[in-house]
Amino acid sequence: MTQPAAREQPLLSVDNLVVEYGLGNRTVHAVSGVSLHVARGETLGLVGESGCGKSTLGRAVLQLRRAKSGRVLFDGEDLTAMEGEALRKMRRRVQLIFQDPIASLNPRRRIGDIVAEPLIIAGVRDAAERKRRVHEVLLAVGLDPDLVAGRLPHEFSGGQCQRICIARSLVLNPEFIVCDEPVSALDVSIRAQILNLLEEMKARFGLTLLFIAHDLAVVKAVSDRVAVMYLGRLCEVGPSERLFAKPAHPYTGLLLEAIPVPDPDVRPAESVAIGEPPSPIAPPSGCRFRTRCPRADQRCSAEMPELREVAPGQFAACHHPLC
Amino acid sequence: MSAPLLSIEDVTVELPTPRGNLRAVDHVDLSLAPGRTLGIVGESGCGKTMLSRAVLQLLPKKAKLSGRVMFGGQDLARLAPESLRRLRARELAVVFQDPMTSLNPVLTIGTQLMETIQEHLELDAPAARKRSIELLAAVGIPAPEHRLAQYPHQCSGGMRQRIAIAIALSCEPKLLIADEPTTALDVTIQAQILDLLAREQRRRHMAMIIITHDLGVVAGRADEVAVMYAGRVVERAPTQALFKRMHMPYTEALLAAIPKLETAPHTPLPAISGRPPDPTRPLRGCSFAPRCRYAAARCREAKPELKAAETSGHLYACFHPIQMAEGIGA
Repeated sequence: MTQPAAREQPLLSVDNLVVEYGLGNRTVHAVSGVSLHVARGETLGLVGESGCGKSTLGRAVLQLRRAKSGRVLFDGEDLTAMEGEALRKMRRRVQLIFQDPIASLNPRRRIGDIVAEPLIIAGVRDAAERKRRVHEVLLAVGLDPDLVAGRLPHEFSGGQCQRICIARSLVLNPEFIVCDEPVSALDVSIRAQILNLLEEMKARFGLTLLFIAHDLAVVKAVSDRVAVMYLGRLCEVGPSERLFAKPAHPYTGLLLEAIPVPDPDVRPAESVAIGEPPSPIAPPSGCRFRTRCPRADQRCSAEMPELREVAPGQFAACHHPLC
Repeated sequence: MSAPLLSIEDVTVELPTPRGNLRAVDHVDLSLAPGRTLGIVGESGCGKTMLSRAVLQLLPKKAKLSGRVMFGGQDLARLAPESLRRLRARELAVVFQDPMTSLNPVLTIGTQLMETIQEHLELDAPAARKRSIELLAAVGIPAPEHRLAQYPHQCSGGMRQRIAIAIALSCEPKLLIADEPTTALDVTIQAQILDLLAREQRRRHMAMIIITHDLGVVAGRADEVAVMYAGRVVERAPTQALFKRMHMPYTEALLAAIPKLETAPHTPLPAISGRPPDPTRPLRGCSFAPRCRYAAARCREAKPELKAAETSGHLYACFHPIQMAEGIGA
């Protein structure tokens, strides 16, 4: 689309990606033509409500879900065209952290083995070398390798399990990590620890992150830029500060207003949202947000809005932007 | 203030586990006047849900409850099963976190609503049907007649929670307990459901307990907030007073740990180190002491009792309360 090419080549660029699921004889339009890029060393936050396609997009980037059309360029190479060994090799450079840390760890295996497994898959034969790497990453995520390596996942809390998952994702020295709701299953006090840890790891290992979450404040805390998705399409993308201070898309505005603020002097806005999102099986014509949008008119149902630049670096797909 | 509708007096709940007795709720006192909203805030395992189960008398079979739960002048723990059942139906209602598990998946919405209404309000079928339609309309469900014939799986999560609220409201309860009512929902839907609860509460002059892990949810919507940690109420105050000046370091730390929209990206969050204590191994001193940055020797030796602050109705359990004098730590 119209986003300018970054000064240097972005580490990841997603180009007009379409992902659909079959559901009986119907089709779920999970991702419908999304383009975005993530520069090396950057964290791109991806927000949206359940069913908006954000997780599908994350999985399609890793080729865990194959796209119907469009391209995913990682470091200049098209992942959608890769298969077999080439794809496996590429995957060492790209890792994934999931929402439920306890479910992502095999309950019968010891932590040391769980964290070492990517090394075995990647063909690191030297057991001493594997042990050294596991030791290093466990230490990096704030766990004592001598105490934890021999234990089983059920002996750890959710926050510690997420640390273990992060250690496992780091063990191959990846360049890029897709974090899919990495803190939404955690308690507030633990959430802050894990967010801080991700930031530390990013700086220490020079990572680039795609950070998927539904909580805008969480996303803002870690992201350089934020992309907002609604029903399979990108509504808005821009620098975090700008997007939160001056949202251009009415949907971004609505999301921001709906967040409960921990301050009794801020009266909750009365019913800012209109109804519920429509089904991705039969998305509305034109702008997909128009059925809930207070600004929608005829044009919005007739014509799909393209992303256009509303402020430097800020793009919105709306016929009637807020700014 | 009027006489309390609910008073929880020195309630302790213990659960036997293979590792020993787990004290889920530890000597809690709370009260709630008619028409008021109490927010109970805490993280997983702090005992907030067990406390609500104690009020509803829905504790696990092996749980041991001590203390009294007085509701409208009766001790719920001493009520005969039949009177308890009648009371739960008419006066005490609950909305759980996951609307899918509280609705029966093989019965239509109409059947579930009408069953409750017919049973407890002794209405005939046509009258119950009419009442069901009114209730669904009241909770903001479009085309309610049409919904009656549908099953829970045909509704979205937000719709299901609205239906669960309609069922809870169907018998005009005096007290509604909402246990994490919006945690499973998206943020735009959460705002709508919280609005709905607040509106119906005002209209019906119903008392409400909102149980949540999110200080943001109670800030704008509860009259009073109780913060729980490791089974105990560690701070309790009228909402305005609490947010204006928190005395318990845990409350302060909990609020500080929430990412804020006004903070610049990449600002490290003031995280609370460590994690809550093992509830089967109670600590001698303050349960928060191992994670507290103000903790001193005394905090590890003795348990601080809840005591009154200078502002009326504000209680805290801490030897080193913060923000006590004007301007300090504000």
